[in-house]
Amino acid sequence: MSDQFVFAMEVTLNGLMAGVLYALVALGFVLIYKASGIFNFAQGVMALFAAMTLVGIMNGQVPFSHLINATFGTDLHDFGWHLPALLAILLTVGVMVLLAWGVQRFVFSHLVGQEPIILFMATIGLAYFLEGLADLMWGSEIKTLNVCLFGESGCLPQGINETIDAVTYEWFGYGFFIDNLDITATIVAAVLVAALIAFSQYTKQGRALRAVADDHQAALSVGISLNFIWILVWSLAGFVALVAGIMWGAKSGVQFSLSLIALKALPVLMLGGFTSIPGAIVGGLIIGVGEKLFEFAIGAPFLGGATENWFAYVLALVFLVFRPQGLFGEKIIERV
Amino acid sequence: MLDTSEGYTTADGRKIGGVVMEMKNITLRFGGVKAITDISFDIREGEIRAIIGPNGAGKSSMLNVMSGFYVPQEGEVWFHGKPRPPLKPYEVARQGIARTFQNIALFEGMSVLDNVMTGRLTQMKTGLLAQSIWKGRAEKEETENREIAEKVIDFLEIQAIRKTPVSRLPYGLKKRVELARALAAEPKLLLLDEPMAGMNVEEKEDMSRFILDVNDEFGTTIALIEHDMGVVMDLSDRVVVMDYGKKIGDGTPDEVRNNQEVIDAYLGVEHD
Amino acid sequence: MFYREAGDFHTTYTSDSQTFPIKFDRYRYYVILVIAFLVVPFIINDYWANAILLPFLIYAIAAIGLNILTGYCGQVSLGTGGFMAVGAYACYKLMTAFPDVSMFIHVILAGAITAVVGVLFGLPSLRIKGFYLAVATLAAQFFLLWLFNKVPWFYNYSASGQINAPEREVFGILITGASAPAWATYLFCLIFCFASAIVARNLTRGTVGRKWMAIRDMDIAAEIIGVNPLRAKLSAFAVSSFFVGISGALFFSIYLGAVEVGEAFSIQKSFLVLFMVIVGGLGSIFGSFAGAAFLVLLPVALKVLGVDMLGWPTDIVAHFQLVIVGALIIFFLIVEPHGLAQLWRLAKEKLRLWPFPH
Repeated sequence: MSDQFVFAMEVTLNGLMAGVLYALVALGFVLIYKASGIFNFAQGVMALFAAMTLVGIMNGQVPFSHLINATFGTDLHDFGWHLPALLAILLTVGVMVLLAWGVQRFVFSHLVGQEPIILFMATIGLAYFLEGLADLMWGSEIKTLNVCLFGESGCLPQGINETIDAVTYEWFGYGFFIDNLDITATIVAAVLVAALIAFSQYTKQGRALRAVADDHQAALSVGISLNFIWILVWSLAGFVALVAGIMWGAKSGVQFSLSLIALKALPVLMLGGFTSIPGAIVGGLIIGVGEKLFEFAIGAPFLGGATENWFAYVLALVFLVFRPQGLFGEKIIERV
Repeated sequence: MLDTSEGYTTADGRKIGGVVMEMKNITLRFGGVKAITDISFDIREGEIRAIIGPNGAGKSSMLNVMSGFYVPQEGEVWFHGKPRPPLKPYEVARQGIARTFQNIALFEGMSVLDNVMTGRLTQMKTGLLAQSIWKGRAEKEETENREIAEKVIDFLEIQAIRKTPVSRLPYGLKKRVELARALAAEPKLLLLDEPMAGMNVEEKEDMSRFILDVNDEFGTTIALIEHDMGVVMDLSDRVVVMDYGKKIGDGTPDEVRNNQEVIDAYLGVEHD
Repeated sequence: MFYREAGDFHTTYTSDSQTFPIKFDRYRYYVILVIAFLVVPFIINDYWANAILLPFLIYAIAAIGLNILTGYCGQVSLGTGGFMAVGAYACYKLMTAFPDVSMFIHVILAGAITAVVGVLFGLPSLRIKGFYLAVATLAAQFFLLWLFNKVPWFYNYSASGQINAPEREVFGILITGASAPAWATYLFCLIFCFASAIVARNLTRGTVGRKWMAIRDMDIAAEIIGVNPLRAKLSAFAVSSFFVGISGALFFSIYLGAVEVGEAFSIQKSFLVLFMVIVGGLGSIFGSFAGAAFLVLLPVALKVLGVDMLGWPTDIVAHFQLVIVGALIIFFLIVEPHGLAQLWRLAKEKLRLWPFPH
């Protein structure tokens, strides 16, 4: 077997892992879009916000400490305690639910019935707001995130997976470099998707959620509270954002670029269609593998590299010209 | 039945000319569903032609075929003595076919005047450069076309609202503005999609008067669909009756009224 | 009292369709022009030019451009930063390749080149609509930035990867480079800004503008009354990109002087111009000016308030700016989707009737 082929296989595997992370962010988009028709541009910033909040809570940081210090001349930094990760995660989920409530109460309840494009622009505003808020609360420096569930054990594994390295070395004479963190992310993502599907299929709230996604008016008429459902989906999206934020934060540190990487979820959605959970996953995998393979085969050798910056968008663009409704979306019949 | 091969004279003495548009064996399907089955009829110059039928009879689909929005799977649309190839909707508009819509399709973000002026778009030819300079060609063209638009505005008695944004108008007025937009194009054939839907009796009378006046004043050929029988019978010269996508009657209002099949299908079968 | 249109009659359609049909408006407009062209150049200094006036004029051009595409034609674009970069790099290549040609021509040509690129990226708009298109324009943003970063020809193989504006004169007066006098750079930008506004106004009040708005309000109906949607959308992309390109060229050559593409024309720039359009008012030329002024002045005001008066470090002020801008966008979309321009119109309505509102 040729070396090139083996390298390509390794690149593909890594692409799949990256794709899982894209899919994770895309999932948050799909949840909100299905239930409310809002295309939430702020999903990436929500992941950043969640990760920063988690780090802040774990380290016992005083929120807005920079601001307070600058205004009152005090010297606050942290409360001097370290919370266990599990508790911190629970608290962060609480913050995300609060955020969901705030978003619904102060933004979208005032925008009911507006055109989708207006809602979309409002979420861009929301992204700015959240980004500034996160920086004000926790400071904008790069933070490391290491989540250990049970004291010192149960940490997110980092570094090369020895087993895969050994096995592939035996097979191909070349050990694949697969990060343990990526493998964990894949498993977590799979569990998350299974849980979400179970939630929407088998619980009362899940059924209400699907009803709202189908037809707002009809859902209202059978006594479902739209307000509750929308807070619920924003909370769910906040939770998904937290999971994505943890995975990404552990991988490359919690910093602003996280919200930019999350923008890649947009082309993922364009491929997969805005309303399809399987679409989000397949789209994420295609983009992940596609951009890594393109960079490996064409970008790095011929184009000077860094093609990952744009490949996903251009792929989605070209794809959409031929199939405007995405992979799994339904064909739209135009009427007058 | 009235012989219409060479044109005819209506009861009120108007001369009706040759064929403007002819539908030849039109069949239209959506997937497996047949919306229109093998329908033929013609529209003559200067006449008011109505298509009537109960809900779901395929009237709107028929109008969409005439306006070029749908392309039928079988049959041909002849326009001005030639079969019309499948055209883009905007190309059909340029051939001189204007229409109104059942659920008003005005440009809500623009004023009444601007909406009516959009009816003149097909006649306005200055390029981007001339328009960005404005003084000269573009201004002259604007003024010329404005005069035509203002004539229509006068005719439909909407002068007072010409600068009002369309989104602020009540339903009845919106319908009238839509008619104004279609008329501003000085169409050879005007298609009206349920012009009186959702109106009260007075508004219907107003609208009927406008339709008759338009036909009288400008000699515009009009085809309209409507399910209010009373209005249609008073208004139109000839009527096509559709039911379940098929043509079940065609002729003057009196002929149609007395056609047994039409009475059965559309007006209901009499019980003892 | 302040504002009267009574007694102001129009006897021709031409006078009725002019830009400022009310006398009062017309005179105010003349006064502003006189101040901008004949007073400001004599009192301007470097701080005012660089902190406020130049960015205001240049962003106003970009906002007019984006407003044509988004506000008038209804096509949301997140690629403004990328198109500004095209204008900047086109201008740079032209300046270095033809040093003797007037800067006026370079800037206009840069706009024309950007228009061509804009049309290219606008082609998918026939098939892609709404926020699908918004995301598709991100392709332009990221691809163009990558291109200018990776292909050395664009930055003339300079070691730093930056582009630097060489010194150029117009009518013997230096207008680029560090030693260019403030009044000259100001006037140069003002001329372009003024011309852009006039052209944009002319286009939007006539046939082309109506086609754009028809597409924006209801594209299917527009097609049925005879608008060719592809041509209408592409013309909007072309005109919009033309203005955005001019703004990018000025931003680079006159305002910054040296540009690192990833910094100067990042996606943040796309958002900034979009925000100007939203805050100012979608579908309003005046709104483009208002939005540009607002978002240029906001950071200056915040800096004065936060850094100079409260003594906060600059990064906290920057974070506050994000929060405020984000909140303002949401506020405007909720309260007044037509932005400052609509608030201005409402104020005028009130003033017109004042002091007897009934």
